[in-house]
Amino acid sequence: MSAQDKDQISPVAQVGVSFTRRDAAAKVCGREAYACDFYAPEMLWAGVKRAGVAHARLRGVDTARARELPGVEAVLTHRDVKGSNRQGVVQKDQPVLVDDKVRHPGDAVALVVARDRQTLARALELVELDLEPLPAVFDLDEALADGAPLIHPEHPGGNLLLKGEVTTGRGAEALESCPVVVQATYHLPWQEHAYLETEAGWARLEEDGSLVVTASTQTPFRDRMEVAESLGLDPARVRIIVPYPGGAFGGKDGITVQSLLGLACLACPGRPVKMWLSREESFLAGAKRHRARLHYRLGADREGRLVAMQARLYYDTGPYDHLGGVVMTLGLEHAGGPYRIPHTEIQSYAVYTNNPVGGAFRGFGVPQVAAAVEQTLDRLAAELGMDPLELRRRNLLRRGDLTPVGTVLDCSVGLGECLEALARHRLWRRREDWKRKAPPHTRRGVGLALALHGVGYGPVVPDVAGAKLELTPEGRILLYAGVVDMGQGNATTYLQMASQELNQPPDALELVLPDTARTLPSGSASASRTTYTFGPALLAAARELAARLRAKAADLFMAPVEEVALLPGRLMHLTSGKEIPLARLAAMLDAAERVVTRRHRAPTSPQRPSSDPWLALHGLPHKVFSFAAQLAAVQVDTLTGRVEVKHFFTACDVGNVLNPQLLEQQVQGAVAQGLGYALWEDFQSEKGELLTPDFATYIIPTALDLPDLETRYVRCYEPSGPLGLKGAGELPIDAPLPAVAAAVAEACGFRPARFPLTPERILAGLSGRPSEDQAS
Amino acid sequence: MRLRFTLNGQPVEIETPPDRRVVDLLRQDLGLTGTKEACGAGECGACTVLVDGRSRLSCLMLAAQLEGRRLTTIEGLGDPQNLHPVQRAFVEHGAVQCGFCTPGMVLAAVDLLEQNPAPSREEIRRGLSGNLCRCTGYQKIVDAVQAAAGDDPRGEDAP
Repeated sequence: MSAQDKDQISPVAQVGVSFTRRDAAAKVCGREAYACDFYAPEMLWAGVKRAGVAHARLRGVDTARARELPGVEAVLTHRDVKGSNRQGVVQKDQPVLVDDKVRHPGDAVALVVARDRQTLARALELVELDLEPLPAVFDLDEALADGAPLIHPEHPGGNLLLKGEVTTGRGAEALESCPVVVQATYHLPWQEHAYLETEAGWARLEEDGSLVVTASTQTPFRDRMEVAESLGLDPARVRIIVPYPGGAFGGKDGITVQSLLGLACLACPGRPVKMWLSREESFLAGAKRHRARLHYRLGADREGRLVAMQARLYYDTGPYDHLGGVVMTLGLEHAGGPYRIPHTEIQSYAVYTNNPVGGAFRGFGVPQVAAAVEQTLDRLAAELGMDPLELRRRNLLRRGDLTPVGTVLDCSVGLGECLEALARHRLWRRREDWKRKAPPHTRRGVGLALALHGVGYGPVVPDVAGAKLELTPEGRILLYAGVVDMGQGNATTYLQMASQELNQPPDALELVLPDTARTLPSGSASASRTTYTFGPALLAAARELAARLRAKAADLFMAPVEEVALLPGRLMHLTSGKEIPLARLAAMLDAAERVVTRRHRAPTSPQRPSSDPWLALHGLPHKVFSFAAQLAAVQVDTLTGRVEVKHFFTACDVGNVLNPQLLEQQVQGAVAQGLGYALWEDFQSEKGELLTPDFATYIIPTALDLPDLETRYVRCYEPSGPLGLKGAGELPIDAPLPAVAAAVAEACGFRPARFPLTPERILAGLSGRPSEDQAS
Repeated sequence: MRLRFTLNGQPVEIETPPDRRVVDLLRQDLGLTGTKEACGAGECGACTVLVDGRSRLSCLMLAAQLEGRRLTTIEGLGDPQNLHPVQRAFVEHGAVQCGFCTPGMVLAAVDLLEQNPAPSREEIRRGLSGNLCRCTGYQKIVDAVQAAAGDDPRGEDAP
């Protein structure tokens, strides 16, 4: 290699420095092919007839008229499903196509495959459903009442999908001895993911009988098993390929179109079949953040030391588990927030209803409890006449403390530094000044909230990832990443880590995106785990590859391996200055020598705060947590009730930061969704009728609705994470709602109990009218 | 109908039903899948294209409306080796996450800068308020547009 060539090699991507996303250039040019971007002349379109009613027995499906329509290739019902016809992660309770019962209006009952979308739409109208209405249940209390209509009569708990219970110390009894006790009930709404790319995919049954599905999903390896089991296929004959999804946020954590595509392909072998939900269909059928009702009692001594907490949490999981039990369990674990509370009694319930499907959504049960515990702390601060920041300072968790579920906190904890960063912030120090400057007809308030968020799956389900690196004979390095990058940028972080570890410029590395036939099983893109769990596997693989290359070069140089350096594009014998280009060395290696795989299983907590093995299976407890302190400064228009967030500040401890720009993206995006949850996003379904079917009725923030979001991170190092990292993707969505609620309470003088804080609710609160919207 | 228009600088003549949605014409018939569709109702801006230089929603336009027009899609703006300045700014300033809103957002920004070469952050936010993004919180998009306009993104309105 000439000196000139060496000059042209771009530098190694250093960890800790912002490094431009690998996917950005193609995406910004419209060249990245998403799952929905596939078209072919012979392609067929698949779509489903949805139930349209909340609860009914399926007596029959008349497909005759639809079948007769020219251009219709297949009309399929549950009778065509040869497998279990059941999907799900813990409870396999969701049918691919309804067989016995409809359990919510978005249930798929019949699948139509047609030559174009117009024919598909007409054929779907011609499918006739014979449904016998059943009494439906939409209310949490009614669902749990004796004699309630049962959504899954075979489920031993009736409409109670799962109950979780943890008691520490003397439990709720300790509240009796507290000189100060506050209590409140909170109602949190459904939240819709509203990813820009609705559920999409395409598939083909190949000549050899294998099924290849390309889908927008977070869970390729789990999907493969679910598709195979539900359709009665050999998992080895099912392949899932995942291009970059156009957003997911938890809503693609599990099956959406995959099994339906498989079923369509079995009926139309050899033809590519595509399915792409409309926005309304996505809103109707897709999973939501669980609607929740939470009852809290919190007691302290006169000095503001927390003593006892009682919490009852009700999560409306809708008609299917869909990770609802796991969501509820994470809520249970986080119900006491990041505080030392020696006596707690927490009961939580995931409840089946005929409402929209509750499922995974960034935050995963924690935004609901963070909303409740933080606002309850603010009540307590008011009752004690104490500054809310000071109250938190006195009680926040430090390393080695017992968490509210009674586990020893055994990870890096930078929460105190986060809170002090907030305390030093000009908005906090000068908040009285800032509030006094409120323009006419407005009031201002500044609020804060803290959060913690568990990283990874929990103690039982193995949190495993497998990394694979391949050196091509041409000297390029393929990085096989089986974890989906749905926009967080973890794929870029992987390149950055491997680039540094192999001492090669990032352009020498190529990504292989998740594909069950090429990449190794690496779990879901969820639980703030993508880099935390995949990273160590990748680093180990990169170290092994580097060692192998140096050893091989040392043989060629007839030198000890310690004298050989792996440099960008070449290996050098440092003693003599002799070099060999990486490509030449690569060409000398056997194919087996050019591939390295490494597996990592994330460490878990050996503690068991509950003797219930189901709770451990559902993820209780976590070993590692990330932490944040967030501040909102709001201005409330007293004439219109509109709340404007003027400033928002996040200080977070997410361990070592490998790419500051990517972290800012995660924090800003999560805060934006959190502010939407607090103020605008009001997903409504009324007795089975979807009232918010589009972006005109379900309002997500626009560029005009948000301020610039300020982010700071404290420098912590988590020994269990790759290069000291902890997960960051979910944490910042947990506390924007309570921070805004605290600011609104300060500005308006009432404490809201129902969310989002719509102008109607603000005006009702300002008017002092007694309202169900205000917490008692 | 026989439809004639200019697509990304090249004359195009095709046979199409006059009521074919432009987004389908582009994506399915012409293979230009850089134009995205995310709501089909003119509420999100993902399908934004430039018609005679102005941003338009291709999910609300019918093929016949293109007759004689100059249409620019994201594919006509730049390519990874030769990025348009707005595209480069999006890449450098971290304005791209999942990327699904990005083509429409970039084209809306190009139109905005055409109308107002030196917008304030507030004007940028207003100008892009018809384009939804669910990943970024918009801040880095605003940074990128400000940078493309030649301003320091951490200038005047920044906290």
